[in-house]
Amino acid sequence: MSFNVNEKGYYGEFGGAYIPEMLYPNVEELRQKYLSIMDEPDFKAEFNQLLKDYVGRPSPLYFAKRLSEKYNTKVYLKREDLNHTGAHKVNNTIGQILLAKRLGKKRIIAETGAGQHGVATATVCALMGIECIVYMGEIDIARQAPNVARMKMLGAEVRPALSGSRTLKDATNEAIRDWINNPVDTHYIIGSAIGPHPYPDMVTRFQSIISEEIKWQLKEKEGRENPDYVVACIGGGSNAAGTYYHFLHEPEVGIIAVEAAGKGVDSGHSAATSKLGKVGVIHGCKTLLMQTTDGQITEPYSISAGLDYPGVGPLHAHLAQSGRGEFFSVTDDDAMNAGLQLTKLEGIIPAIESAHAFAVLDQKKFKPTDVVVISLSGRGDKDLDNYIEYFKL
Amino acid sequence: MILGQQKLLSLSINPASFTKPCRYKSLKKHKNTYKVLKTLQGKNILKMNRITQKLGEDKKILSIYFSAGYPNLNDTVQIIQDLEKNGVDLIEIGLPFSDPLADGPTIQASSTQALHNGMTTQILFDQLQNIRESVKIPLIIMGYFNPMLQYGVEAFCKKCAEIGIDGLIIPDLPVDVYADEYKSIFEKYGLINVFLITPQTSDERIRFIDSVSNGFIYMVSSASVTGSQSGFGDVQENYFERIAKLNLKNPQIVGFGISNKETFNQATKYAKGAIIGSAFIKHLSESGSRKIEEFVGGIR
Repeated sequence: MSFNVNEKGYYGEFGGAYIPEMLYPNVEELRQKYLSIMDEPDFKAEFNQLLKDYVGRPSPLYFAKRLSEKYNTKVYLKREDLNHTGAHKVNNTIGQILLAKRLGKKRIIAETGAGQHGVATATVCALMGIECIVYMGEIDIARQAPNVARMKMLGAEVRPALSGSRTLKDATNEAIRDWINNPVDTHYIIGSAIGPHPYPDMVTRFQSIISEEIKWQLKEKEGRENPDYVVACIGGGSNAAGTYYHFLHEPEVGIIAVEAAGKGVDSGHSAATSKLGKVGVIHGCKTLLMQTTDGQITEPYSISAGLDYPGVGPLHAHLAQSGRGEFFSVTDDDAMNAGLQLTKLEGIIPAIESAHAFAVLDQKKFKPTDVVVISLSGRGDKDLDNYIEYFKL
Repeated sequence: MILGQQKLLSLSINPASFTKPCRYKSLKKHKNTYKVLKTLQGKNILKMNRITQKLGEDKKILSIYFSAGYPNLNDTVQIIQDLEKNGVDLIEIGLPFSDPLADGPTIQASSTQALHNGMTTQILFDQLQNIRESVKIPLIIMGYFNPMLQYGVEAFCKKCAEIGIDGLIIPDLPVDVYADEYKSIFEKYGLINVFLITPQTSDERIRFIDSVSNGFIYMVSSASVTGSQSGFGDVQENYFERIAKLNLKNPQIVGFGISNKETFNQATKYAKGAIIGSAFIKHLSESGSRKIEEFVGGIR
């Protein structure tokens, strides 16, 4: 079974480009050019240079000794939290801004939920001196004030999404509408492995640096390139896609995906799309989607603003449906406690999104000889208010 | 069987095969075509489809869009009847969706309100169950793909055919996917699917869309979501003229940015008709579902 996108943009039955005709020229231009641009030697050189000198790559693969002792297995952390801007998001925004420049685009738009992708986009736009507009739900703007301020400092205009539920999915709708209204000079930097083809594949390829590094780093530390398991949290699924990419066709590597269960999968306040979703179309992509029986998209919930997306990237829908990926759901409480535990055992405060991935250690029993690589996709600085409130610190 | 139907449709509604001066009137004159149709199939799709008949009339088409379930859940039938009574030629009934990404604020708001009012696909079908007892003009359902996918595309089409819906407009179902996966279902139920083109659509793609279409082409006036602009300039004028010169087999009806008599006349100078959506919804918001006469009367 293949886990690469096919020529029509599908992973199994998921993916495609369900877009209004108004977006066709832009998306088609991207589809025709993204692979050849990414393959150009000077593109690769510039991309790799920026990842090294600006982002700070390679990010370390760290053997978590005390965590490993506690769970009697070998746990490695892929330290995406140490990237510039504090998460894996910047790998993709660097790639897409270089692509946008080669497409001759003069204006960048992006959507953001918690603000991490918005900050990563505003950062690369500042770096390149390109106009940047970030759409963000009105409700998210109110609860993520520091990231809004960061984007403004970086020169981006933050436009509130006032429609629908005024959160991430509505910010995405607004960004798409902006692109419809500005079809010639604008590139839309989508932040996750979602959207119409070629976005899921393009974002996955930019993020695949994560698993590329894991391979050689693990070879140095363990004498083998393949771990027994790779673990990542999934909202739309960009850090997971990058973490899995080079292991998708290595059957001995177990792929573990961790979704946010919120207050419990069946509580009505959850973002566990693989459990609660049905096949549907959102933001140009056929995938698993949380929706009413009437096909209206529902609002997910998670304590982590980066995981509360009602869909999941089409690659992940395919991993879930085919059984290639093992999907877990982690509640707010379990994620928060896993985050605190990582802090106490290893001295690392994770983003609440990433904390979900660590809670899997309590749900699945690994063997003492297993090598388990967990993607630590972001740092917890942005979540301090949440940690303070939750633990009454 | 299905192949036969496809052939039938492209054969039957291909105005390019008729002489140009009587392009739209000519359909009725081609008795031979009807005979062929009747021979090929028991019921005559062309004769039954009201859209094709309407397009054959020698007049500019005024089409009105509204969101079903807005302003009140049960206004749907009354609005349709009033629009017909006041001389509207074609109606697009909006099936509300939570995330209408090609629509501007006016239609978004009416769609959201309709959902708050309790509108669902099934309720809309129930409301329209007996619509053909009172309404003769063509009716199109315009909606996003996901609610149709959840209802089941075939079940949805079947229900539309039973009620007497003549066509569908689904902005986020691209022509390529339609042609590959759904065309045969639409044709089985005699439904016309309408595709959009924009000023950015290449001539080559317009010709492809024209080849897949069998009713009219929805010509988006400018690069925008719905309800975004007022008035047309030289850019639109040139675009309308460029499309007219392509001599497509399907007539074009212009939508987006048409709000009054002036823009209606500009749009229909080259095209067969024009669609008004946001401006009518604004009228409904201000005047309720009454005074439709006033609105339509102001257009022509």
